[in-house]
Amino acid sequence: MTSLSASHRVSLTIAPPPALRFEGVTFSHEDKVLLGPCSFTLDGIGPTLVMGPNGAGKSLLLRLAHGLLSPGQGKVSWSGGTPPRQAMVFQQPVLLRRSAVANLIHALAVNNVPRRERGKLALGALERFGLAACAKTPARLLSGGQQQRLTLARAWALSPQVLFLDEPTSALDPAAIKAVETAVRDFHQRGTRIVMTTHDIHQARRLAGDVLFLSGGKLREHTPAETFFNQPVSPQAQAFVAGELVE
Amino acid sequence: MENNAFYVALSLLVNLDADLFQIVMLSLQVSLLAVLIAAVLGFPLGAAVALWRFPGRGGVIVMLNALMGLPPVVAGLMVYLLLSRAGPLGELGFLFTPGAMVIAQVVLVLPILAALSRQKVEEMLGEYREQFVSLGMSRARMMPTLLWDARFALLTVLLAGFGRASAEVGAVMMVGGNIDGVTRVMTTAIVLETGKGNLPLALGLGIVLLTLVMLINAGAYMVGELTRRRTG
Repeated sequence: MTSLSASHRVSLTIAPPPALRFEGVTFSHEDKVLLGPCSFTLDGIGPTLVMGPNGAGKSLLLRLAHGLLSPGQGKVSWSGGTPPRQAMVFQQPVLLRRSAVANLIHALAVNNVPRRERGKLALGALERFGLAACAKTPARLLSGGQQQRLTLARAWALSPQVLFLDEPTSALDPAAIKAVETAVRDFHQRGTRIVMTTHDIHQARRLAGDVLFLSGGKLREHTPAETFFNQPVSPQAQAFVAGELVE
Repeated sequence: MENNAFYVALSLLVNLDADLFQIVMLSLQVSLLAVLIAAVLGFPLGAAVALWRFPGRGGVIVMLNALMGLPPVVAGLMVYLLLSRAGPLGELGFLFTPGAMVIAQVVLVLPILAALSRQKVEEMLGEYREQFVSLGMSRARMMPTLLWDARFALLTVLLAGFGRASAEVGAVMMVGGNIDGVTRVMTTAIVLETGKGNLPLALGLGIVLLTLVMLINAGAYMVGELTRRRTG
C-alpha cells in the first residue's frame, strides 16, 4: 500500500467538491446563542482545521456544515445547490453491532452501491487501514484505535468529496493518533476536502492548510495556516497561539 | 406414590402419554404461532413509534404500555365478541378452534412486543442517530438496521411474550372452550383437573408446563449469550 501505481492514483481521485458557504449562520438553544452569526466560504480542499477552546462551537459548526443540525438563522449552502458526497468521523466511533466488514457493507448498501461491488470495496478499505485481519471481528470488540480506523475505512469506502472529523483523536494514544493523521493526509491526497476540529495546536500545525478560529461562539478569523500560526490577526487567536488560556 | 405430583408428572412423561403429548403440542403450536405473528407485526410497529414523530405519539406509547397489562379475560371477551356467530367475523366459524386461541394470544402478546421493542429501539437510536443521518439514511431505512442491531435485546422481549402467551388461561378458555382433543391446552387442562379434584394430575401438568417454559428460556438464553459474547 506504500507505492501506488500511476493508474491506481488516477482512479482514486475524487471530483472537486463544491464551495461550502456559511451566511450569517446562527445556532441557539433556549434563547442562548451558542454559535454565530458566522460567515465564511470553504472552496479549496484544506485541510481546514477548526480550532478554539472548549465550548467555542467547533462541533456545532461541523454539524451545521454536515447538515446534522439546521441553523436557527442564516444559511448553509453548497455552490451549485447540490450537496456533495460527504462523510463524518465522530469523536466516539459509532459502530453497528456487527463485524468490521459488515459495518462497511452496510454503509455501502445504504448509499446504493450495487451489491456485487460492496464486498470488494469494503475489503479494499479495510486493507488500506490495516484492518484486513479483523474483517470478521465484531466491530465493538476492536480496540479504540482500531475502531476509529474502522470509521475512517467506512468513510474511505464511500469516496466522500468532503470529510468532516470531530476531534477524531482526542481519546487515542500517540500511535493511534499517528494512524488517524496519516489517514487524513491520504484523504487529502485523494482530493477530499477535510474539515476537522481539534483543540491540539500541535496537531493543527501538522495538518492545517487553513484555520477557522472560534472562541465564545464567534468566528474570530479564517486565515491560511501560515498566517494563523505566525501572525494571527485576532487578539483571541494571538493569545491562543501564544499558549494562554483562552475562554 | 400415585398421589405424588412429581410421580404423576414423571410417569406421564416416561410413558409418553398420548393425551399429554397432544395437549403439549397444541399448547406449543398455539403460543409459538401467536408469538411469531405478534413479532412480525409488533417489532416493526415498536420501531416505527420509536422512529417517527407524529401527533398523538405520546398517547400511543401510553396505550401500548398500558395494554401490556391487559387482563387475558378481557382480550378473550373481545375476540369472543368478534368471532361469535353474531359478531363481525362470525361467518368464519373460527370460535372454539385453535385459530381463535392464536388470535386471542396475539392480542395479548402484541402490546408487549411493540412496547418493549419501542424502548429498545429508541435507546439504540439515541446512540446511532447522528451516524445514520450522516450516512444519509431515511427513517424507513433505519428501521431494519435498528431491528437487526437490537436482535439480542429483542430475543429477550420475544421470551417475555412467549411467557405471557403460554401462561395465560383466561383468553384461550373463552375462545377455545377447552374441548378435549381439539382446543385443550396445558393451562386449561390444569384448571379442569383442579376443578375435578384430580390434584396430582393438575400438579403433574403444571410441572410439565414449568419444565417446558424453563427449557425454552434456557435455550434462548444460551443462544443469546453465545452470540452476544462473539459480537460484543
